Amino acid sequence: MNFLRFLFGCFKIITKGGRVYYSSLFFLLVLIVWGGLGYLDQLQNGLIMTNMRDSVSWGFYIGNFTFLVGVAAAAVMLVIPAYIYDWKPIKEIVIFGEILAICAVIMCLCFIVVDIGNPLRFWHMLPFVGTMNFPYSILSWDFFVLFAYFLLNIVVVTHLLYKQFFKKHYNKSIILPLVLLSIPAAIAIHTVTAFLYNALPARPYWNSALLAPRFLTTAFCSGPAVLILLFQVLRKTTKFEIKDEAIFTIAELMVYAMFIYLFFTISEFFKEFYSNTEHIVYWDYLLWGAEKNKEIAIYSWASIIMGTSAFILFLIPKTRKNLLTLNIGAVLIYFSVYLEKGITLIIPGFTPDTLGQYFFYVPSETEIRTAAMIFSGGALLFTFISKIAIAILFEGFSIDSLEKKAITELKNKPVAL
Amino acid sequence: MNPISQSMQKEEKSNSRREFLKKLPVLAVGAAALGGCSPEEIEEYFQQNFKTLSKEEKDEIVKNLEKKYSEKYGKEFTVSDSPATEGILFGYALDLSRCIGCRKCVYACVEENNQSRDPQVHWIQVLQMEKKKGIDLVHADVHYNPEKVPEEGHFYMPVQCQQCRNPQCVSVCPTKATWQDEDGIVVVDYNWCIGCRYCMAACPYGARHFNWGEPNIPDEEINPITHYLGNRPRTKGVVEKCTFCIQRVREGKYPACVEICPTGSRKFGNLLDPDSEIRYILENKRVLVFKEELNTQPKFYYFFGV
Ligand code: SF4
Ligand code: SF4
Repeated sequence: MNFLRFLFGCFKIITKGGRVYYSSLFFLLVLIVWGGLGYLDQLQNGLIMTNMRDSVSWGFYIGNFTFLVGVAAAAVMLVIPAYIYDWKPIKEIVIFGEILAICAVIMCLCFIVVDIGNPLRFWHMLPFVGTMNFPYSILSWDFFVLFAYFLLNIVVVTHLLYKQFFKKHYNKSIILPLVLLSIPAAIAIHTVTAFLYNALPARPYWNSALLAPRFLTTAFCSGPAVLILLFQVLRKTTKFEIKDEAIFTIAELMVYAMFIYLFFTISEFFKEFYSNTEHIVYWDYLLWGAEKNKEIAIYSWASIIMGTSAFILFLIPKTRKNLLTLNIGAVLIYFSVYLEKGITLIIPGFTPDTLGQYFFYVPSETEIRTAAMIFSGGALLFTFISKIAIAILFEGFSIDSLEKKAITELKNKPVAL
Repeated sequence: MNPISQSMQKEEKSNSRREFLKKLPVLAVGAAALGGCSPEEIEEYFQQNFKTLSKEEKDEIVKNLEKKYSEKYGKEFTVSDSPATEGILFGYALDLSRCIGCRKCVYACVEENNQSRDPQVHWIQVLQMEKKKGIDLVHADVHYNPEKVPEEGHFYMPVQCQQCRNPQCVSVCPTKATWQDEDGIVVVDYNWCIGCRYCMAACPYGARHFNWGEPNIPDEEINPITHYLGNRPRTKGVVEKCTFCIQRVREGKYPACVEICPTGSRKFGNLLDPDSEIRYILENKRVLVFKEELNTQPKFYYFFGV
């Protein structure tokens, strides 16, 4: 009964909002329908609706998957500095970080589902019912760690919110170890995802030990970028309190991550270009394109330029400690990492292919629409869950408020009649 | 909400509604397909990994498939599930000095192995290379198309599955849908493959091919003598590859490419039989394996016969 009332209350919360809220919901819904119809084409005709072919057998979907693993991982890693620097609203930071992680993991799984040729056969890779290739296939590992990470976050978030809803204290002896556990788990999901590519000797472009470290550093840029923006929105619209200093500290940590990333990338470039072996072809394609095909080069330069500008904005104390320039930097770094993971990490790995042949891949309309569907679905989910969390944390949505309401409704009834 | 955005909303809505209505038949068909699944289809859906099944279960499955394919293509089909024979390890050798790049093997393979004609699937890729550059992939071309082969200054290197002893494609597959049988042939269970294409990323020889769309083969061109792990008709969304013509070699015949090659560049045999032609080549010619630095240890050798 209580649970039903809780659900009903949640439903009320997510359906109530201002004009901005409704129009963004509407916008997301339109995107979901538009994308979903595109995906339907793919379901009907197969992956031939994408621009992937035997030469470039993974593309935009897997790129998005990789990017979102990074977002999922970094959102939770923010818990470390929150502890160390003892920011006040630590519980709230944990909750919103983990909600973001949950939504990102769900989107990851969706990108895998739309990428595989036979999504209905998904159970073949599960243990017991199927024949999971554990421990040999890194994909099984990845699935395993992602799933574990997902469970961990769901448990923590629902426990914290549930207890708050019932006005009880959360169980510290359970939650604290779980939150601490979710930190290495966050590192694990991104590392294992990097190992997915990095352990393939057939693809020299990925076959570098720096891939996993690079993944982690970029994740430390893109995940906190989302949270910086989110915290400011929350601070404006709710009772969530976070001091400017905390935001600036996040930004400072991001500068370190960016610097390390830059260093790794330069090391990689140096090795490739100075040794100038035949593996240079992938890097050439990445930076200059091949013949007339420069699409990927445009994306990689866009990513480099946005990344460097963000780095400069974050490095100079004056622009770092100015909310406007800080936010510009956060947006820039987010998109820089998005292009890097989504496009320029996967595609040059396949161009040229293992027999030296060039197939020039750019995502098809179907791929873009399907991705739009997943991203807007994820955004919608994130909005709903955050709205409920905000109501519970800051707006006094609790068992008491429900009971009070029930009483006033009862009282009001005869009057209304 | 202001009137402008309202009317915009209406327009958007009616637009997406129109599109939606167009799709309605598809949705209906989908729902009908789900609801109207025949018991065989449901059984097929729950079929387990072929490798884990008993002889009886395998026989039952291939019998059902024979019936299904015979009805679908209007001719008598055989689907074999013959296992590997002890004491046989298949090996292949290709004479780079004889190959003229005519691509007869490519098309013989397509016909024998029921590869889709449209979209086109080729298990064998012939690379044209420049003589003065040697085996150099950066300058190799699969799309060469002159009036007459061989072309001046070029040589040809056909590439197909190298039947690695240490196959990357098998280690990465998350579902064990692909494996190396006892006679060394790397096979795919098309009913178990989920189509994740991890194996394609892992194969260093571009040997694995994906059915991006529904495969199409004219009924009169279909080869009805098939093997479950080889050339039986595939569906969209699964990976396929060269199996040394498993349906032929397990019956003691040569692969189709070996038979068709007009220059006799292609040699095939049992690596465990000291008197086989393949062993003769290994002993008397100098062979090389492609991308030996990757430690895939192919059972497919290249050599220079003349
Ligand atoms: S050549 Fe490719 S497909 Fe064939 S066994 Fe080796 S890795 Fe697998
Ligand atoms: S595409 Fe099929 S055979 Fe290849 S790795 Fe995935 S499930 Fe295995």
